[in-house]
Amino acid sequence: MDLKDLYQEIILDHGKNPRNLRKTENFNKDAKGHNPLCGDKVHIFLKIDENKNISDISFEGSGCAISMASASIMTDLMKEKKEKEVKELVEDFLQMIKESPEMKTKIINENEKTKLMSLSGVKQYPMRVKCATLAWHTLTSAMNNSQEETNTEKFD
Amino acid sequence: MNINNIKKQFPIFNNKVHNNDLVYLDSANSSQKPQMVVDRIYDFYTKEFSNVGRSVHYLAVAATNLYENTRSMMQKYINAKDPNEIVFTKGATEAINLVANTFGQKFLREGDEILLTELEHHSNYVPWHYLRKLKGIKINFAEINNDGEITLESIEKSITPKTKMIAITHLSNVTGAILPIKEITSLAHSKNIPILIDGCQGAPHLKLDMQDIDCDFYAISCHKMYGPTGLGVLYAKKKWLDTLPPYQGGGGMIREVKKEGISFGDLPNKYEAGTMATAQVIAFGESIKFLNQIGIQNIEKHESELTKYGEEVLRKNNSVKLVGNPKNKGSVLSFTLDGIHAHDIATILDEDGVAIRAGHHCCQILHDKLGLSATARASLGVYNTKDDLDKLNESINKCKKIFDR
Repeated sequence: MDLKDLYQEIILDHGKNPRNLRKTENFNKDAKGHNPLCGDKVHIFLKIDENKNISDISFEGSGCAISMASASIMTDLMKEKKEKEVKELVEDFLQMIKESPEMKTKIINENEKTKLMSLSGVKQYPMRVKCATLAWHTLTSAMNNSQEETNTEKFD
Repeated sequence: MNINNIKKQFPIFNNKVHNNDLVYLDSANSSQKPQMVVDRIYDFYTKEFSNVGRSVHYLAVAATNLYENTRSMMQKYINAKDPNEIVFTKGATEAINLVANTFGQKFLREGDEILLTELEHHSNYVPWHYLRKLKGIKINFAEINNDGEITLESIEKSITPKTKMIAITHLSNVTGAILPIKEITSLAHSKNIPILIDGCQGAPHLKLDMQDIDCDFYAISCHKMYGPTGLGVLYAKKKWLDTLPPYQGGGGMIREVKKEGISFGDLPNKYEAGTMATAQVIAFGESIKFLNQIGIQNIEKHESELTKYGEEVLRKNNSVKLVGNPKNKGSVLSFTLDGIHAHDIATILDEDGVAIRAGHHCCQILHDKLGLSATARASLGVYNTKDDLDKLNESINKCKKIFDR
């Protein structure tokens, strides 16, 4: 195990200076997520236009470097994506974090995939996986208009 | 007391963690186990096992004697008046649930109030919260001061004519504040209010004398006292155990069972329904022996010196902020680091074999009050040394290096 795999520069960069850490004006979907064991919290805001495109995405929250970086990188990548593409990306990302060695999706380019793969270091730290996945599960809740707060303890 | 010999009694320290010596700084969460406790569990299961209090055969009688012997040892250890004031439970959590449940059932009505403090662990809040739902009681919280302490005055201010129970921690698992429990008990009794002390953090580190403190209930977690998991102790004054209804029903706690009705057994059986954690109780006798061999005064002195040393070392480290500054402090060092979240600290320290806890430590109310979502916590046990605290500080500096890249 090498801590540098977990705390890659890109993660530290996004962790310290999270992008899209704000509240979207006139958002039309949102959801809250909570990791009760660590106290990580995230609130995702979406503005979806009439063509089912994400015209804006942002988040508020607090947590460790991994959870903040994950939310930051995720929100960056989701802008201008269609609803269907969001679902595919979330599934592919979660698959990669759980078991798959790489991301299969063709929606994003190699450079963007590398950014997401920087989070794969958590695979070696089972207790930290939920830090990386919290924002993603919460995004799914927001897309599904779920009223229930996402709780990482409910996921494998 | 030679501290090196004490560490040698704990087999866990023969193992490496990520190729490093283990620096265990998570004893407020759970303590490690001395060889004699581990051996006792093995010996009981391999040579002496039987259920207790039921059969008349040789093994059953021997096991029953061993089980009851731990009760007597515990009575002496905490200077309770009567061995029947010692009730074994599955943990301190169950001990507090037992009191909340039975006391609530019998004595609490809508509008009655329970007084807790902002320092309480969830296990001394959630059981009372159920009564809020069931009985319509109200829960009040005595406020901490700027040093993370609860003073006698803070308790006094929060008592109202409707306060029916005071339930407070002996020693905060976050700020380390040691509460003036004897004075608070005396105050409570002057107003005819019973008092429960959550002794999870007090019992492993401080000398206990139930008759001197005079509290009504004192909850203990055995796995924090160098004993096995799955076991707690509720100390309760006999007058309460005689008055309160049984907690759980089942075998062992009854006298006579008829289709028309049931009469309950005498103490201590009344509160020990079903087959208890027998091996754990018997092995816990060894934990008490272990504590007595060292002497609780020596443990207090050793841990208090270490805590002062740890505070000194961490205060010199400019990026560390200690959480709370109580005058009377137990061996808990909670801290935050500028710009680095507690979970990142814990992961990086772990790589060096340094085991701490990160999060809200089951004290969300306190963390909300402090405006912190999570803290890192190093907590000490009898086996720790100054060297452990130096290693903690070195690893903290490593966190900064990684994050300042």
